[in-house]
Formats: sequence, structure tokens, C-alpha cells
Amino acid sequence: MATQNSRSAARLMMAPAVILLLGWMLVPLTMTLWFSFRKYLPLRGGDQGWVGFDNYVRFVSSSSFWPSVQTTLIIVGGVLIITVVFGILLALLLDQPMWGQGVVRILVIAPFFVMPTVSALVWKNIFMDPVNGLFAHLWKFFGATPVEWLSQASVQSIIMIVSWQWLPFATLILLTAVQSLDGERLEASEMDGANPLQRFGYIVLPHLARAITIVVLIQTIFLLSIFAEIFVTTGGAFGTKTLSYLIFQRVLESQNIGLGSAGGIYAVILANIVAIFLMRIVGKNLDA
Amino acid sequence: MARSITTQRKTINTVLAWAIGLLIFFPILWTILTSFKTEAQAINDPPIFLFFDWTLENYSVVQERSNYARFLWNSIFIAGGSTLLGVIIAIPAAWSMAFVPSKRTKDILLWMLSTKMLPAVGVLYPIYLLFIKFGLLDSVLGLTIVIMLINLPIIVWMLYTYFREIPVDILEAARMDGASLKSEILYVLTPMAVPGIASTLLLNFILAWNEAFWTLNLTAAKAGPLTAFIASYSSPEGLFYAKLSAASTMAILPILILGWFSQKQLVRGLTFGAVK
Repeated sequence: MATQNSRSAARLMMAPAVILLLGWMLVPLTMTLWFSFRKYLPLRGGDQGWVGFDNYVRFVSSSSFWPSVQTTLIIVGGVLIITVVFGILLALLLDQPMWGQGVVRILVIAPFFVMPTVSALVWKNIFMDPVNGLFAHLWKFFGATPVEWLSQASVQSIIMIVSWQWLPFATLILLTAVQSLDGERLEASEMDGANPLQRFGYIVLPHLARAITIVVLIQTIFLLSIFAEIFVTTGGAFGTKTLSYLIFQRVLESQNIGLGSAGGIYAVILANIVAIFLMRIVGKNLDA
Repeated sequence: MARSITTQRKTINTVLAWAIGLLIFFPILWTILTSFKTEAQAINDPPIFLFFDWTLENYSVVQERSNYARFLWNSIFIAGGSTLLGVIIAIPAAWSMAFVPSKRTKDILLWMLSTKMLPAVGVLYPIYLLFIKFGLLDSVLGLTIVIMLINLPIIVWMLYTYFREIPVDILEAARMDGASLKSEILYVLTPMAVPGIASTLLLNFILAWNEAFWTLNLTAAKAGPLTAFIASYSSPEGLFYAKLSAASTMAILPILILGWFSQKQLVRGLTFGAVK
């Protein structure tokens, strides 16, 4: 049982981290909230006063809002489907006995450690360039016309780049979950005559459910705010403007702070909806 | 588990896994190979895989032309400084939550996690304004502070999950022997906590190194780390594949090597202990 003394010591030890994070959260968020209710154009007249919910209405009624929501959903959804499906398959494969398992793991994990600007630039130029890119060479080799990836199939290209970056994360977490699977249950079901598909559907998949949920939630939070991959490749052109990129443009490129801040508040609310689900799972784990 | 695995099946697994592994790794491998080619060989059609005239010229050109050393130093300072600072602030907090838990510990931990979920773009302008106000724009110090703050929740969480695994009995025994709080931390806890702290440092150094929102938006010429250096290759230098590859290789290789050591911590650190 902790004494009163150690309780207050504990509080004191927590103070720096708590105060810093509290400040980091409250100060900028309050400012964003404040700006979101004002007409504020630093380069064109500065702060022009209170406008109520005007910015909130204008943000959602602008012609780029719904396309950006759509793009965000397609990119986040696409990356999630690719990384989870291939992540499960890859995790199951890597769990099998083989030679050089450690080396294969290292190869698979590597993309996660590549900084986003590097992977975006390398994919954009060395692979997806319509003239000199590796894909163009490959297409020409098979007699096909090279694709202008980042203009003709821009959203798909970004999904591919981002999936490449996040597949290692999904695989690694799912592999950790697969490894904790009870081998005897699988064997028993095998003896009872369950075929591989049944074993996957009734034993493996339910066992992975929690890990899959965690992968989906954590990735969603990070994917909602992908930035460098779009900034470097298309700069938001060719229909690749996500919600967070739209906010970025409103704030820094067109310097419409009020409008951008209202968008920022929408983004905060959206992220919090996802976060609540994640926290519930993480919180449950704390009790155990 | 007495499961007989045929050699044939093991061979199939091996071939399949290696093929997929190499496919996933290929973009990195290709970038590294291209960095040793001449510009003409880099865009040669058909592509040359291995049999080209290996050259180190690109590396020296990149270093001469772009003041690579300064960007590298900025990266090391920002990633190292923010991680070290974060760990120093987080150790007491994680320690007290792991060993003197109260009713509110869980709420505090979850709240800290929630600050990590705050979309950066939502607070971009306020941070930008504050940076101008305090003269931190395009400064290494400013970025170090911001990146420390965005990683602090992960640092606290990782340390917390490691500290929780330290048996409390040992601390109680030390307390009974009359150890003060100070000597308890110094002689009992620290030696047991070192591996966890090291893992936390490693993973967060990697995360800080690769951070590419604040580093792109809050720096210009002076304080840019390697993420910004690479982004500056966007155009027209991006057309020089061999040089782009050399610059990329220099930016990712150190972290790739560190990353391979941190595989296990990655799962723990990024799932906040929910998957172990």
C-alpha cells in the first residue's frame, strides 16, 4: 500500500509530462477553435472579426470538400484493405517453418523505416515516371503504352505507395498475434477433419480479430493525416486532395486561417471518433 | 508440438516467402543499386541490374552540392535531442504510474494517448504563429520541442509497459531494507529498467528521424533535417536518378540498420502495449 508521502511524490513526478502535454493540447487547439469563428486572412486584411459558424458552413459547402472526403475514404479504405489482407497472408506464411526466416522478416519490415519523403520521391521518379521509370520500361518491354501513373491513376498510385509503407506494420503486428495461436487447437481441428479454409475461418481469423482491429484503428489515425506522400508526389493535384491536405492548403497556401481552422476542427472531431474505439480496446488491456 | 513437416513443404514455404520478401524489399534495393550508377546507366532501357560501372561519384556530388552534412547534423540533433528530452521527462511519470498507481492512472494514460491522435494539420497555424512569436521558425530547437511533444505519449506508454513488468516485490524488499526513494530508483530500478529504456530510445529515435509533417512545414533552409533535404529533390533534381538515389540511400541507411534491431519494440511501442 502506497503511503500518502509516495502518492504526492508520484504526483510530482507525473507533473512535467502532464503539464507539457496539457499545454500542447490545449493552447493550439483553443487557438484553432478561436480562429475558426473569425474571418482571418493574414495577407488580405488580417483579422476581420467574429463570423460565428460561417467558416464551418463555408468549409463543407465549398466545391472541394466532398471530393476531398471521397478521396480520403478511398485512400484510407484502400490502404487498409490491402495492408490487412496481405498482412494476414504474409503473417501466416512467415509463421511457417522455412529457411532464412529471420532474413525474410528483415526484408519485409524494411519499408516501414524508409522516411516518407524518400519513399514518395523514389516511387514517383524511379518507378512511376512515364518516360524513364522502371514501370515504363516494363510496360514497353511487353509492348504496352507506359502509364502516367501520378496523373492518370493518381489515387491508385498513392494507395500503392502508402500500402507499401504500411504493409510491414500490419504484417509485424499480425505475425505477433499469429505466433500466440494455440497450435494444439489447430491440430485437434485438423484431426477432426477441418479443411484449411475452415481452420482459417473458425480458428485463425477469430484469434486475429483483436489484432486486426488494432491495426485498422492505429493505421486509420495515421492514414487520415498522411501528408508527405501527397505533398511530394502530386501536391494535391489530379484528385489526390485528402481532407487534411485540403486543410493544409487553406491554411498555408491560401492563408485563409478562419476557413482552415474550421476544417481543422472537423478533422479533430473525425480523429476523435476513431480514437474512442481504439482507446476502449487499449483501456481494456490495461485492466487485465 | 510434434508436427511432422515435410522437406517439400518447407521448400515451398521458403521459396514463396523469399520471393515476396525480395519483391517488397526491391524498391529499396533498386534505389541503393541506382546510387552507384552513372546518370546514363540509371535511366538505361532496358534497366541494368548489376553489371554496370560501379561509381561513388553520386555520393560526392550530393555532398558537395547540397551541404548534406548540415541536414544530417540537423536530423541527428532533432531526433536525438527530442528522444532524449522526452525520455527524461517520461521516466518519472511512467515510473510513478507503474509503481504507485492510483484510480486515475488509467485515465491519465489514455488521455496522454489521445493527445497523440490530434491531427497535426488541425493545429498547424497556431503552432506556426507561436513559432514566429518565439522566434523558433526554422530553428533546430523549435523542431526538437515539437517532435518531443508528439512522441511523448508513445515514450510514456512504452516505458510504462516495460516498468510494469518489473516485479514489485523487489522494490518492497529494498524498501524494507531501508532504501530511500532515491536509492530505490538508482540502485534497484535503473539496472532493471535499462533494456526497456534503450528500446524506447531506439524506436522513438526512428520515429523522430522519419517525421515528415512538422519538419516540412516549420523549416526552411537553416534547420531542415534529411526529410526536408530529400523533399527539395522533388524537382528538377529529381530527374537525376542516380543522385536522387544516393541522397535517398544516405538518408535511410542508418535508420534502416537501427530499425532492424527494433522489430520487437515496434509492435509494443506502436500498439501501446495492446499487442505483445
